[in-house]
Amino acid sequence: MNAPAYNFAYLDEQTKRMIRRAILKAIAIPGYQVPFASREMPMPQGWGTGGVQVTAAILGPNDVLKVIDQGSDDTTNAVSIRKFFVKTAGVKITTSTADATIVQTRHRIPELPLTEQQVLVFQVPIPEPLRFLEPRETETRQMHALEEYGLMHVKLYEDISRHGQISTSYAYPVKVDGRYVMDPSPTPKFDNPKMNDCAALQLFGAGREKRIYAIPPYTRVVSLDFEDHPFEPRWSSGTCALCAATDSFLDEIITDDRGGRMFVCSDTDHCEIRRAAAPHVPETVTPGGSEASNSLPLEGGGLGRGSTDSPPVPPATPSPTLPLSGGGSEASTSGVDSGFRPAAGPGMTGRR
Amino acid sequence: MYVAVKGGERAIENAHALLAAARRGDPAVPELGLDQISEQLALAVDRVMSEGSLYDRELAALAIKQARGDMIEAIFLVRAYRTTLPRFGASEAIDTAAMDIQRRISATFKDLPGGQVLGPTFDYTHRLLDHSLAGPAELAPLETAPADAAFPRLTEILAADGLIEPAPPDTGEPAGDLTRDPLTFPADRDLRLQNLARGDEGFLLALGYSTQRGYGRTHPFAGEIRFGEVEVELFAEEVGFAVPLGRIAVTECQSINQFKGTASEAPRFTRGYGLAFGHGERKAIAMALVDRALRARELGEEIKAPAQDEEFVLSHSDNLQSTGFVEHLKLPHYVDFQAELGLVRRLRADFTAAPPGDTDVAEAAE
Repeated sequence: MNAPAYNFAYLDEQTKRMIRRAILKAIAIPGYQVPFASREMPMPQGWGTGGVQVTAAILGPNDVLKVIDQGSDDTTNAVSIRKFFVKTAGVKITTSTADATIVQTRHRIPELPLTEQQVLVFQVPIPEPLRFLEPRETETRQMHALEEYGLMHVKLYEDISRHGQISTSYAYPVKVDGRYVMDPSPTPKFDNPKMNDCAALQLFGAGREKRIYAIPPYTRVVSLDFEDHPFEPRWSSGTCALCAATDSFLDEIITDDRGGRMFVCSDTDHCEIRRAAAPHVPETVTPGGSEASNSLPLEGGGLGRGSTDSPPVPPATPSPTLPLSGGGSEASTSGVDSGFRPAAGPGMTGRR
Repeated sequence: MYVAVKGGERAIENAHALLAAARRGDPAVPELGLDQISEQLALAVDRVMSEGSLYDRELAALAIKQARGDMIEAIFLVRAYRTTLPRFGASEAIDTAAMDIQRRISATFKDLPGGQVLGPTFDYTHRLLDHSLAGPAELAPLETAPADAAFPRLTEILAADGLIEPAPPDTGEPAGDLTRDPLTFPADRDLRLQNLARGDEGFLLALGYSTQRGYGRTHPFAGEIRFGEVEVELFAEEVGFAVPLGRIAVTECQSINQFKGTASEAPRFTRGYGLAFGHGERKAIAMALVDRALRARELGEEIKAPAQDEEFVLSHSDNLQSTGFVEHLKLPHYVDFQAELGLVRRLRADFTAAPPGDTDVAEAAE
């Protein structure tokens, strides 16, 4: 049996159109979960099939793709997804955040601020922020429709009454454009502020759960909190043992069985660029037993837009345009290198 | 001394090479042919076709070989392949009353038009390991006679007397397709049945069993189980009539279940329906039980058991979704775990600094 010839980026054009329609709707209603007819992809559901389908639908032949998992280009699943697109789409790949037009990610947002020329595609396991408060889809959809988010605030309040703080460290719920409460996927809350007013289009794909949602460029994204308990993206202050960064999210690596630890940047591209710029940073290994030194909150991390009284950001002006041309062959000649390059002009602005 | 976080790409390639070697096993042992799998592991092929929702024995056999006999992995391969296939349209409804019967039994009537046809079945075999099968086995000569009788469906015979609800009328509406439109709740019966037909045999078996043990009891009888080949036809616009595409083997189970009736409706029997590609009686019966349990809303029954809970059943029946998400725990979670680790350390530090009951915490909560 001959190997089947697959369409550009695996999915057939009809399926891509279906996904693009869902993406358009998602952009038009920021933070709203749009159901879509998720396909069975050749990798397991729960391993990024939502992100893969979104990427496949927006990918053009001139795109430059970066895939990260846990911030790193070289974790096994990121490698697997990157190879999938090399095989099925033959696009250029990169590990450099700056060079990429599309970044597909699992669990992190790159440290380098993204630009209008880029699209960030998140892999989402559970798109419903209310799921663990209410398991039923029929209920949660209604709660979103009625903007009934009291349950979420009660949960956060209970956290505070029990622990003195909100004990959610990742997948920290956000409110998008003042309307929908959204799950940012299991990124650490350290990354939440990067979503706010981000220049890049952010797309979220949940394959198993068959949902797509989006944050258009320059959209207000507020992490839920209380006036007297403002959101803190605080993160253990520490220093990357490789590049000496003090402001990036760090992975902890156990170096021996006597409590030895070292901390390194989770974003490997960020770390490599910094090391290239300042090559002789000595490695530092935290000696055993001193873990408390890494557990101090980052003081004055003042990204004060978490509080509910922050002034609203004016509505986004640039709106993304989508090429909805049919077959891949036509798209390839249209000169659109990023399927989703945002462009100024009329569009969905002021839709809501 | 830097811990290796690089090298994922080469590690994956090596792992795949190892997998290929493990799949082949001892090279001294002859390699399995797809025809051997298709002919001698026929029920495995049937299950892969059923849950893979693709009727192709050769592809299913290939999937089983490639998956080293892991059924869910094989189903996965078939489903992923299915994604790439173009869709021409929907066939006409198959007519199981016109089935070329290989097996047909009823547990509710001793005899019925067409009679009981046992066919190839494990039922009534003693489950004793047959050591003669360890080598090439001699086959006893078969004496077969063509079944020339008609096999009307038992449910239609009962329906003629009004003892059982009639088959739902054909509204002419196209049936829903959850592979083309995402499943939403509440889901109609067509989508529920499609979901169950693709659903994991083990999951449906356990759920069906749970209804028998009282969790959403429906008092079922296996009204009729039939297995055989049916014709598949497609209505061709160009010629204006349905043209045959070929034949497929299916197993159908129609269960007969009690219904107490309501103030406005006399008591009568109700139906559950199960259908599987190939020979899959366990799946078909379990599916019929679960289908009937899921009709609780429609029949005004109290919903209190898992098998009656549409969202619960339909959201968890697909073994690819289940296995994908359960096994994704193998993927790295360094970042979220690190975030949790930081939080727990902070909470523990807070705990040590200010034990519970401290007024600070109480005030913070107010």
